Amino acid sequence: MKRELTCIICPRGCGLTVDIEGDNVSVSGNACPKGKEYGINECTNPTRTVTSIVRVANRVDTMVSVKTENPISKDNIFDLMKIIRAKEVNAPIEIGDVICDNVFGTKVIATKQVK
Amino acid sequence: MLKCDIAIIGGGPAGMAAACAAYDAGVKDVIIFDREDEMGGILRQCIHNGFGLHKLGKELTGPEYAAVYANMVKERGIKVYTNTTVLKLNEDKIITATNTDGILKIKAEAVILAMGCRERSRGALNICGTRPAGIYSAGTAQKLINCEGYMVGKRVVILGSGDIGLIMARRMSLEGAKVEAVCEIMPYSGGLTRNIVQCLEDYNIPLYLSTTVAEIHGRERLEGVTIAEVDANRQPIESTKRYIPCDTLLLSCGLIPENELTTGAGIQIDRVTSGAVVDQNRQTEAEGVFACGNVLQVHDLVDYVSDEAEIAGKGAAKYVMGQKASGETVLTKAGNGVRYVLPQRIVKNDEDIALFLRVTNPFGKVKFTVRSGDEVLMTAIRLKAAPGEMEKLVVKADKMANAKNEIIVELEEV
Repeated sequence: MKRELTCIICPRGCGLTVDIEGDNVSVSGNACPKGKEYGINECTNPTRTVTSIVRVANRVDTMVSVKTENPISKDNIFDLMKIIRAKEVNAPIEIGDVICDNVFGTKVIATKQVK
Repeated sequence: MLKCDIAIIGGGPAGMAAACAAYDAGVKDVIIFDREDEMGGILRQCIHNGFGLHKLGKELTGPEYAAVYANMVKERGIKVYTNTTVLKLNEDKIITATNTDGILKIKAEAVILAMGCRERSRGALNICGTRPAGIYSAGTAQKLINCEGYMVGKRVVILGSGDIGLIMARRMSLEGAKVEAVCEIMPYSGGLTRNIVQCLEDYNIPLYLSTTVAEIHGRERLEGVTIAEVDANRQPIESTKRYIPCDTLLLSCGLIPENELTTGAGIQIDRVTSGAVVDQNRQTEAEGVFACGNVLQVHDLVDYVSDEAEIAGKGAAKYVMGQKASGETVLTKAGNGVRYVLPQRIVKNDEDIALFLRVTNPFGKVKFTVRSGDEVLMTAIRLKAAPGEMEKLVVKADKMANAKNEIIVELEEV
């Protein structure tokens, strides 16, 4: 089975052709090794990095931007969003601070400093 | 009156990179002026990732990319005036600014313009209908959600498929809104292909090309929009009109370089880029005034903003240190298939020259030719070219020597 897709790893957006024959997966059209990895993952277990915001409880009108440290399975995105939306944190916060630990195989970390 | 060697207007990615480059080139007396409470510019609200892949070899979110440069500024001890709005730049490079201390006047040896852009508004788009609440420019919605924690609406239509519109389609979906459609007046999307995938396809949001919002409905709050396909003149086709109920309309219909200060100083603006006319050092027609980042040309990737800002920073430093560019001037011109070329002027001086351009339409495989009269200076093949993806062509110094009067950049499909 052949699948045509666009790599999203970098803004080049190479057009990939992924060929799946049972356990054999091959990728063509990629300009770099990351694209090959993306092509295989996208057809076997698609994942995404999720970015969002969390309210800073002890500051007025302040949100801290966050991201998943590693990509998570696409199927879990909306469940992760429920967890993130329910969370509140207190300043001070540094980039890299763990906001939610152990969620869907990764952590949610801060991407902004809040003094 | 305060004096400084280099004054930088804007502390976003362009201003910060220009400041560090000027400092590292030998001019330490640099001041950055920014109207917000912290540096970072537009990156502060761009919480998504994809920044820095080329420049830093890492995939960062906007705030993380901004923090890299803010730390570089701090490490160098460069002065930053935050919460300070520049009101005017005059022809003598005197800046008038205001903050809670009152009015400041600063005399600079060189100025770097790095003010970024603003968004095209509903009024400028002339969309018919009522004026209910619920209509935002995509960037305003982004700021309200990401920086202030407000949810701007629940049922959304987005006009414009540039990157901001696509990113906001995903953002709204993640926060629980229903994005009914993204409408794009052109027959192709203006955004990066990766954003079509990760913002629209991932969330099953339909993209309607050659389609616009013809009318807005609702009294106090938006109730719906009438969308319609457009003809070759981009006018709505009556028989294709249909109504989409919604409470929020996001407009992502163009970024406009914020050049009020530039025109106020009498500096010439390029009608196509809406930014200043510059040479390869990013110096404008006003001696000692440089420009970089989105205020000069709207960029797709912040990585290239940082590169451009380094050029301007080094250029301003050289100017302050007495190394003024002089030599034969050559003008650049956009030829077949090319919308604009930057820099618009080149002062010949034995350097490789990097030309930046955008094409007029999406193309498949093309061959770019850079020529001066009949003399071909360089050619390059690209497998595809799109208006939404800035291209870079480098003309080597030995070839530049053959350029006279005018350089034309054109393409042909191959």
